[in-house]
Amino acid sequence: MTGVMIALIIVALGAIGWIIARARATRLQAEVGRLATNSRPTQHGWYVALWTTLPALVFLAVWANVTPALVLDSVMATPPAQSLPSDDFSRNAILGEARAIASGRQTVAFNPQAMELVEPFRAAMTRYSTTGAILAAILAFACGAYALSRVRPSFTARSRVERVVMWTLLLASLIAIITTAGIVASLVFESMRFFAQVNPLDFLFGLKWSPQSAALGYGNEDAFGAVPLFWGTIFIGAIIAMIVAIPLGLMSAIYLTQYASSTTRKWMKPILEVLAGVPTVVYGYFAALTIAPALRNFAASVGIPGASSESALAAGLVMGIMIIPFVSSMADDSIAAVPQSMRDGSLAMGATTSETIRKVLIPAALPGVVGGVLLAVSRAIGETMIVVMAAGLAANLTLNPFASVTTVTTQMVQLLTGDQEFDSAKTLAAFALGLVLFIVTLLLNIVALRVVKKYREAYE
Amino acid sequence: MSGQTALDQSGDPAGRPPTDWRGEAMRRRIARRYSAERRFRWLGFAAVFLSASFLAFLLVSMMANGFRGFTQTEVAVPIDFPRSPVLIDPAALQTNPEQTLANANLPAVLDQASRAAFGVEETRLLSPDAVLALRKAIIADPGILAGQTTLRLPASAGIDLAVKSDGSEADEALASQLDENGALSSRFNASFLIGSDGTDPTVVGIWGALKGSLLTMVITLALSFPIGVFSALYLEEYAPRNRWTDLIEVSINNLAAVPSIIFGLLGLAIFLNVMHLPRSAPLVGGMTLALMTMPVIVIAGRNAIKAVPPSIRDAALGIGSSPVQVVFHHVLPLALPGILTGTIIGMARALGETAPLLMIGMRAFISQPPGGFTDPATVLPVQIFLWSDEVGRGFIEKTSAAIIVLLAFLLTMNSIAIYLRNKFEKKW
Repeated sequence: MTGVMIALIIVALGAIGWIIARARATRLQAEVGRLATNSRPTQHGWYVALWTTLPALVFLAVWANVTPALVLDSVMATPPAQSLPSDDFSRNAILGEARAIASGRQTVAFNPQAMELVEPFRAAMTRYSTTGAILAAILAFACGAYALSRVRPSFTARSRVERVVMWTLLLASLIAIITTAGIVASLVFESMRFFAQVNPLDFLFGLKWSPQSAALGYGNEDAFGAVPLFWGTIFIGAIIAMIVAIPLGLMSAIYLTQYASSTTRKWMKPILEVLAGVPTVVYGYFAALTIAPALRNFAASVGIPGASSESALAAGLVMGIMIIPFVSSMADDSIAAVPQSMRDGSLAMGATTSETIRKVLIPAALPGVVGGVLLAVSRAIGETMIVVMAAGLAANLTLNPFASVTTVTTQMVQLLTGDQEFDSAKTLAAFALGLVLFIVTLLLNIVALRVVKKYREAYE
Repeated sequence: MSGQTALDQSGDPAGRPPTDWRGEAMRRRIARRYSAERRFRWLGFAAVFLSASFLAFLLVSMMANGFRGFTQTEVAVPIDFPRSPVLIDPAALQTNPEQTLANANLPAVLDQASRAAFGVEETRLLSPDAVLALRKAIIADPGILAGQTTLRLPASAGIDLAVKSDGSEADEALASQLDENGALSSRFNASFLIGSDGTDPTVVGIWGALKGSLLTMVITLALSFPIGVFSALYLEEYAPRNRWTDLIEVSINNLAAVPSIIFGLLGLAIFLNVMHLPRSAPLVGGMTLALMTMPVIVIAGRNAIKAVPPSIRDAALGIGSSPVQVVFHHVLPLALPGILTGTIIGMARALGETAPLLMIGMRAFISQPPGGFTDPATVLPVQIFLWSDEVGRGFIEKTSAAIIVLLAFLLTMNSIAIYLRNKFEKKW
């Protein structure tokens, strides 16, 4: 926490520098007149504040990253460290424990040797953090003084400050690229490790999914066939959910845009949007608690075999409800984009409103609607909580909607939330599934956006 | 071929009789078309109605279960202290009451009282919290130790359930026996709002999870808002049209569509395994959610900035502002309501998000509210998920009650967003 304190002190110094520089620039401006000054007093203030804070904060960040190694070196040089065991694993365990106690995260040591090392650790940490704080303060003062000495009427503070602002904006927008690269890198890297243990073809085309048996030491063959997962995902997300969402979403959009009075529209649209704002964990709980038992009882009463309390239908139905507002707003947009002249032409020929909608508006808006549906599918197959709570864990290849199926996302949660070593094929499999999910949703989005864009251009 | 006949007919107006609109066939046809029209319209209305009633059903069923979670059944237990196995040194009670009462054998006192009054052991009758309630009562008034007194103590999960809905047969029988004696009462369950996770449904609370959510949201907002607004400003106002800008735009649009669980994998692989940040901490949760929320803010921000008319920029440039001054003095203030609306919507999504946080280990059993950003914590949606997995039937109402709290937060945030949008949205 001391690091945060020092950072706050430096920011406070920056604020003081801002006030001093602005006061000095205001005085100078009063002396030489406004037209003779290059920059406004505030800009001089910002110039000094930036010089005071930025180098010192950068130094602190670097310092925080290099000190742990330096602390370790100085502790290893002390006498108690000489008696540490030579193998890396137990030595690191003792050192880690000593460090945790010294920094107050832990109070008692499991290992008696760690207690002896606490004092050297504490001493070294205090030494280095004090040094860092003093150096940072000196840096802040020195840079601030340097910047303050440059406050002159002719000094171009404005363009210098603005250059920093532009760089900040550019850096902020680069974070999106870094995040994308981070996602791709982590997925690809961990998947490569997985595919070093399991043949990619077995993974993509295998019909048997039982990672538990692999974890129990029965070998990785035949344990990681992901086809049942892909089928479950498609069955729930792309088939059942869409059977619910497409008619309801499309008809809602048509009714609200073409028939409803403006009052109805004003009230119903936000209500439908609330459906999209309900957290998925709530939908999942609703599916598991209310819908799934009802469906199982129904299936049992009409004699459908294999009815499970965790059915594909329960998860798919609720997921479809969740997707309704999404489909509805996409359909709304694409219907609104159809030129008014086409609608007027059809109505002028004597067609009723519904004939105009079915024969003119929908065909014209179809590419946009299809694009919207593709986006909805991509959202549905990436949806996690509903299927985790309502779809079950049995990897079945079945067409029976009342049976239990499992999905890619369910298995990812399942594989990564147990107490597992990170290197096992079981945990790495989650990353391979993630990679497949990422690629599929990406492709769906690219295709959907292209379809929508092409269609928009056709009417512009 | 049909085209040919149509052409023939239209090409020869004299050969085709005028349409008889009053004729039987035509009237039937029009009636059919009009009823198709009504059917279609009715279908549309049914779709809207069905969607809205799903929402109503969801909310009503949550409310029906959840409101019971905010009350706690109490049993009036007569306790005869002088005859109970209580071990209290009155002097020690003055100096160190907590410690003294912790050693005072109070569970045995309750057990004896429960057996004497109702003939059942304490664990069947009273919640684990009852001992705490008894301690508080003694600290508040040590005088009760001298004689006989009747205290209202929280009932066990079984009794609670039997009173509120339907419990096991034995519990139902016990509850009706208690009810006949007039020993049952109900009060607002304040400990649900100030407690944390626990093993017994009568003692759990949501404050721990709520505090975890708030800490996580602070990190998310602190990271995603500046980054999102800055990227939106750069892309909309300054970025040159080149390959890099295209790459940034494509990344942002893709990130907005990446399933949330993938962000969890990113957090696990980068923040936990490479950067070795603490597991289960609001810090890591907030960072992960910030990456997920940032594209939402960027997209909303760009739309808001785009809506500011160019004449304002031209006017500012014309009187000598620099491009940075144009943006920070004029464009940003005008676009801010739109950006805030997008931010609130993004934050509401992040607040309801569960899957990525499961990936980074925020599903541990946390019985203490987190003290800071690096303490192990859980968040409200994950707490709901964890309770929904509990087998104890008393957890159903607690889960629904937690859902009510979460929905209240989300609906408030969304209402604020809609209000902001309506109040400040300008048509230029």
